[in-house]
Amino acid sequence: MSENSSSMSLREYLSSDTVTSMRQATAQRVYWSLRAFLGNPLAVFGLVVILAMILAAIFAPWIATHDPNAQNLSRALQPPGEENWLGTDELGRDIFSRIVYGSRISIYIVILVSVIVAPVGLVVGMAAGYFGGWVDRVLMRVTDIFLSFPSLILALAFAAALGPGIENAVIAISLTAWPSIARLARAETLTMRASDFIAAAQVSGASALRILRRHILPICVPSVIVRITLNMAGVLLTAAGLGFLGLGAQPPTPEWGAMTSAGRRFMIDSWWVVTMPGMAILVVALAFNLFGDGLRDVLDPRQSR
Amino acid sequence: MGRRTRRPAKCRGSSNVHANQLRTQLTDASKFVGSVVVTLFGLLVLTFFIGRMMPVDPVLAIVGDEASSATYERVYRQLGLDQPLYVQFFRFVSDILRGDFGVALLTGRPVIEDIARVFPATIELGTISIIIGTGLGVPLGVLAAVRRNKWPDYTVRFFSLIAYSTPTFWFGLMGLLVFYAFLGWSGGSGRVEIFYTGLVEPITGFLLVDSILVGEWDVFWSALRNIWLPAVVLGLNSMAYISRMTRSFMMEQLSQEYIITARVKGLSQNQVIWRHAFRNIRVQLVTIVALAYGGLLEGAVLVETVFSWPGFGGYLTSNLMIGDMNAVMACTLLVGVLFIALNILSDILYRVFDPRTRSA
Repeated sequence: MSENSSSMSLREYLSSDTVTSMRQATAQRVYWSLRAFLGNPLAVFGLVVILAMILAAIFAPWIATHDPNAQNLSRALQPPGEENWLGTDELGRDIFSRIVYGSRISIYIVILVSVIVAPVGLVVGMAAGYFGGWVDRVLMRVTDIFLSFPSLILALAFAAALGPGIENAVIAISLTAWPSIARLARAETLTMRASDFIAAAQVSGASALRILRRHILPICVPSVIVRITLNMAGVLLTAAGLGFLGLGAQPPTPEWGAMTSAGRRFMIDSWWVVTMPGMAILVVALAFNLFGDGLRDVLDPRQSR
Repeated sequence: MGRRTRRPAKCRGSSNVHANQLRTQLTDASKFVGSVVVTLFGLLVLTFFIGRMMPVDPVLAIVGDEASSATYERVYRQLGLDQPLYVQFFRFVSDILRGDFGVALLTGRPVIEDIARVFPATIELGTISIIIGTGLGVPLGVLAAVRRNKWPDYTVRFFSLIAYSTPTFWFGLMGLLVFYAFLGWSGGSGRVEIFYTGLVEPITGFLLVDSILVGEWDVFWSALRNIWLPAVVLGLNSMAYISRMTRSFMMEQLSQEYIITARVKGLSQNQVIWRHAFRNIRVQLVTIVALAYGGLLEGAVLVETVFSWPGFGGYLTSNLMIGDMNAVMACTLLVGVLFIALNILSDILYRVFDPRTRSA
């Protein structure tokens, strides 16, 4: 950027109509996307919450006021106050600290599911869309079968079969989350398959693998990112649901769903035990939804409302 | 289609066109049936593998770990576990086709009987929920579309986003806290107060209906006091979905030229919205509601656990807890079949009510 900024200001560089380099074109696109995104206060709010949660997860030992697993029976079921900001649970553990540490588990699950689901969905969807014929029929039939289960029930069955635990919850959720990505990638690929630049690449002897990787993948990625972000809210809620039913993270892990479930018995007298972890789930899921909506408006304008 | 343009010239053509239409309809139908059969088969394969995946040794679950190796061997053979996988799968499928899902560990009764007994409670809850979800979701969606980008639109969108982001189980617990513990407006857990349990013999299985049929009004009111809260919790979730879809369908219609024509003709706003735009989205709405009903089954698992609702979801989770894979697999399979059935239903409704989809 330095060779240009000497002759024109950064503002001119980013808003000039005559683009002189690839780099400037990219910079302009990023700049205008960023401006559009920042013009959407709800999406920014979502991003801020997500960043706050990531920071909380990274710096949990410094942010938490107590050891998340330290029991203190003399201070069991204390209401929110100065010593325990969000109160204590039935074993006298500090709920605020447990929520802070719990964000690690939520992020772990959400990221791991996304990392598994995105490549699988992309490969299946792009292959189905590009090759067509029986490849398409077989792959889409398999996708349909997975889609014919409600995702929570399929995840429940998988989690029950695999046994409880975070890793198994991740596998169970991933198995239910890839089909929608595959559908999306297929649809994107289909719109591209017949276009001239793909034909040109084919004529010039590019292999199918190269076309998929160099030409089709970049077009699928933005909408897949949007879908993954919107899915994250659902992943979070499913993970919490599994935890609530005792099929996700096991105690004493401070997983938000499991915390809500453990607090049920004391709910009538100590409302905060159940309210606080559930509130954390709600706020973060809302943040992912708001951020995803904002991202869609910027990256994937065709699907905007 | 070329044949159709020649129709006036050739009288005979007319019956040919009909024959052709019938033929395409028949091939459509057979393709449709074929895809349903394949999906059902896939469902069976998937459930079979979920059942095979479990780390629990099914033989040990029956004989216990004290049993001699001879007993173990005998049960192992009895269960057919020494057979190759495809034979086991064949057995699995033929058992299911005969309606034999095995015996539930929890009740000692056939799983299929258990499910038949608990299902009406879920259907009752789900039906009231979908009435709430549709009754609120459709008008709110229309309102949001008509007042697009004004405060009613923002409010509806914001609340549906909140409903999307709320963990259902937590929402149920909060509802119990406020409306049962603090306000006393809800009867709390279960279908009726303990006092009335078993007072009404199931006729239809729907307690609200049965209690009226036998004239037990106390039971009816108690059942009503207990059902409204879980129904609202479940219903708000489908309301979010239904209002969102209604809004986008309506917006699509309202941007069409015939709406402008109607306005130019001098029709009132109400007539334009309800007589013209809304009439055109009814078919789409029916399919959406059918799909939302399937989604309710999913939410029911968590809500029934929270409210100790003696339905299908509660049955599934209590069997999950004890790891009874017979019951879990039967429930999973059943939900899958129901989901497919609802999809087929919405597809059929679409074909029946929307003439545009027929020729394709």
